[in-house]
Amino acid sequence: MTAPILQVRDLRVQYRTPRGVVQAVDGLSFDLYPGERLGLVGESGSGKTTAALSLLRLIKPPGHIVGGKVVLDGQDLLALPEEGMRHVRLAQIALVPQGAMSSLNPVLLIREQILDGLRDHETGLSSRAQTARVNELLAGVGLEPAVAGMYPHQLSGGMKQRVCIAIAISLRPKVIIADEPTSALDVVVQRRVMETLGKAQEEIGAAVILVGHDMGLMAQFVNRIGIMYAGQLMELSPMKPMFQKPLHPYARALIENTPSLAVKAIPRSIDGSMPSLMELPSGCLFHPRCSYALAACTTERQTLREVRAERRVACWRAEDIAAGAPANAGAATAAGALSPDAAPEKIGLNA
Amino acid sequence: MTALLEARRVSKIYGEHRIGRPRPVALEDFSLVIDTDHPSITAVVGESGSGKTTLARLLLGLETPTTGEVLYKGHSLRSLGASNRHAFRRDVQVVFQNPFEVYNPFYTVDHALEVPIAKFLSIRSKQERRAIMMDALAAVGLRPNEILGRYPHQLSGGQRQRIMVARALLLKPKVIIADEPVSMIDVSLRATVLGNLQQLKDELGISIIYITHDLATAYQISRNIIVLYSGSVVEAGDVNRVVPEPQHPYTQLLINSVPWADPERHWTPEPSRAHPMAAGPDACKFANRCPNTMPRCIEHAPPLYRTEPSRLAACYLYDQAPVSGPDGLMAAFGRLDEADGAKSDAAA
Amino acid sequence: MADATIANTTNEPRKASGSAVKEVLGYLRRNPALAWGIGLILLLVLFFVFATLQVSSFTEYRPLSVRPRLPPSLQYPLGTDTQGRNLLALNALGLLGTLSIGLGAGFIGVVVATLLAFIGAYFGGRIDAVIRLVVDIGLSIPTILLLVIIAIAFHGLTLWQMALVVSMTAWIRPTRIIRSQVLSLRERAYVEVARMSGMGGLEIILKELLPNLMPLIFANFVASITHAILASIGLEALGLGPADNPSLGTIIYRVILYQGIIQGLWWWWLAPIVLIILIFIALFLISVGLDELADPRLRTTS
Repeated sequence: MTAPILQVRDLRVQYRTPRGVVQAVDGLSFDLYPGERLGLVGESGSGKTTAALSLLRLIKPPGHIVGGKVVLDGQDLLALPEEGMRHVRLAQIALVPQGAMSSLNPVLLIREQILDGLRDHETGLSSRAQTARVNELLAGVGLEPAVAGMYPHQLSGGMKQRVCIAIAISLRPKVIIADEPTSALDVVVQRRVMETLGKAQEEIGAAVILVGHDMGLMAQFVNRIGIMYAGQLMELSPMKPMFQKPLHPYARALIENTPSLAVKAIPRSIDGSMPSLMELPSGCLFHPRCSYALAACTTERQTLREVRAERRVACWRAEDIAAGAPANAGAATAAGALSPDAAPEKIGLNA
Repeated sequence: MTALLEARRVSKIYGEHRIGRPRPVALEDFSLVIDTDHPSITAVVGESGSGKTTLARLLLGLETPTTGEVLYKGHSLRSLGASNRHAFRRDVQVVFQNPFEVYNPFYTVDHALEVPIAKFLSIRSKQERRAIMMDALAAVGLRPNEILGRYPHQLSGGQRQRIMVARALLLKPKVIIADEPVSMIDVSLRATVLGNLQQLKDELGISIIYITHDLATAYQISRNIIVLYSGSVVEAGDVNRVVPEPQHPYTQLLINSVPWADPERHWTPEPSRAHPMAAGPDACKFANRCPNTMPRCIEHAPPLYRTEPSRLAACYLYDQAPVSGPDGLMAAFGRLDEADGAKSDAAA
Repeated sequence: MADATIANTTNEPRKASGSAVKEVLGYLRRNPALAWGIGLILLLVLFFVFATLQVSSFTEYRPLSVRPRLPPSLQYPLGTDTQGRNLLALNALGLLGTLSIGLGAGFIGVVVATLLAFIGAYFGGRIDAVIRLVVDIGLSIPTILLLVIIAIAFHGLTLWQMALVVSMTAWIRPTRIIRSQVLSLRERAYVEVARMSGMGGLEIILKELLPNLMPLIFANFVASITHAILASIGLEALGLGPADNPSLGTIIYRVILYQGIIQGLWWWWLAPIVLIILIFIALFLISVGLDELADPRLRTTS
């Protein structure tokens, strides 16, 4: 078994607002192996984007990383001084951001933006070498050399996102974090961008963390999935077992909720809504909405533990569910039932 | 019998005249009759740039067509008298995409419900008005005491959108145009809002035009589907036929690109595209991306063929079928009434 | 669902008045610019109060009231000028006069600007084009030139005529700013929803747009005041100030006229200049503070 390229242990991130402290990420731990594709799934407020950005130490006040370790290839990124982190970003761990529209500088040529990172890290490239590198990168993402001489507004959304991928792989990092890279894109373009990302990743042998909320996209792209809820990781499993038999009740609900072209019916909705990060429930964070909850769930929070081979679940009843236990009687009723919301949910931070 | 709302050969072209380049055509020669006698949900599916939002705005009278007419009870929207206009605003309601921008941040969400009541229902007493608001909120599954009196930023996206649905049904309209109603809401809340829309059709007999880029949800709740590409209808008909067996190459591409939440089903490899050829202004819009392009596709765009009693496709691959007339969509959708039953609309 | 529950929750978002004060104070702590700006204004108010208490009679602002050319002392904290005016009384009244002109002209300016902005945005077409043209022309003409011409046409201005004169240029820039914001807000989704709900054009402007424009209008009010005070001091320093009531700029005019600088009567010109500087700093800080307040993102947490 190869050693993980990235080890995250007990990552904790807080947002300090005038109204109080919000625990956006609470004790996140996972390993990432070289060349692997890990999906980090959650709805808004789950903490997935905050977690992903923390790995790059891109969290700014009022957000603070308050604990944990992020070990990339032996180096704890959280212990590095800012100067050191700057060297690590892009060269070892890169970001494909959400919304390429706002990630590319509208007044700079594409060529300049790609070279920007290259120049900082690889000094002393001749002008010809630079042009060659730019064209090489563009070709790697399926774009013509002519794109280098264009401005972002001349490109379509999909093309801009592919430029972002090119920038992310330009220094051959070990880890690429893709934060909802296709959220604003059409299905057709989305597919092309994801295929480009996959190809680029394989070429340089990097590992990818794909952050998103589209389970369908995850099924098409990743090897393992981690599902986050209200700042915590609820289940971490390989992709196929996750879809065939999800063990955490929230994971089950999420998968059942995914619309599919095979089923002509509205999927069930999950009762209630994600709790406000400032008023978290006691015990298991999901228990107010869980149809498998027991009394113990209201008082004690379960940590992520290995239930089956490679499968980690934060649920007291994971074994029961694995064995096929049914939901509690009188729990969430027939699908399509309109369930009134529980307490109105505050718009938390877009985690 | 005059239909309540009809688009008759509507085109919308934006922008000033430009030298050397044609103006962008948002929607071209579109005709649709919205049948309120047999309420149903019709999905209009397309990517950005397909013209679907333009269509919504034209049907709502927020924009005027460049050519063609949008007719309300037989009268063009351009020249509606005041009382007809009032009736139009009552019969045709909307649910917009963005659940935040639709609220005036200065007021509580009550304002969004109070205004239509004040304008269309002449209710004097405050109690009655409040009762109507509470009924509407309850009808979409919200608890009025948790909603009324709050500001938009205090509620979730899902709640805000459901309030908009409540607002839409307050006036008991005949048609609701829902423009991407769930695309900006969390995945787990979408089902509820879609369920609300279906309820509106089932229980209140409201016809819904559901505009979206998401094929999966379109498949789930609608009976008819219209697929738009670059301003033109490429395929239309019974959703139970179109989605499992798409006929137009673009529809096929679309369906193949939808990511399945099923580890066994992967994106099928795309058929290799023909080398993009320079297409003339009259060519089929999809010609330069289509794997089946023939020379005639570049010369002239194909008409809509009636490939089955309840389906239309605009592709020369089906030129054996009869060409459908301008009321083609209506005819294709209309055929479904004969087989009307609960089977295609069942909620699980 | 008892009515009591509904009544409770509808009251919930509206706070009791006690905690409203707390909220305001808490906000001021987070917005130092606004806090300091208001603080400076309060300082000026204190100055005025001090003058009221110290000066034996405010009529001493007139010439030949006291011994001339006296440096600051306990009896006359700001000294006296060459014509025997008690400078403390004069400056205090001058402060009042200048601020009155500023407020008056500023108010007229912003009201006119708002009206023109709405009319232009609502009617569009030719009316809007005319308004735009006038604004553009007005912006390119140097204000002081315009005002000097107008002021000379009137012989012997009263304080309120002064305010009126100055207000003639105070509305120009705010009109453009407010109008462009109205046009932009008009495209918002909630305005379209209002149209769908049957609201007419004027109603939309008044009920939907105006409340959201209040922060901007208020910020322009402050800008208008600043412009007005600046313009009035300019005119006064040239000798075109109000003849009846004292104002700070007129003091400066007299300093120049009666060669107070050469004669070394430093207390004569220092006091009005310090006061003027304080006024402008206060107005500047307030407008910076208001900028932050007007930011819609901030509104959601206030």
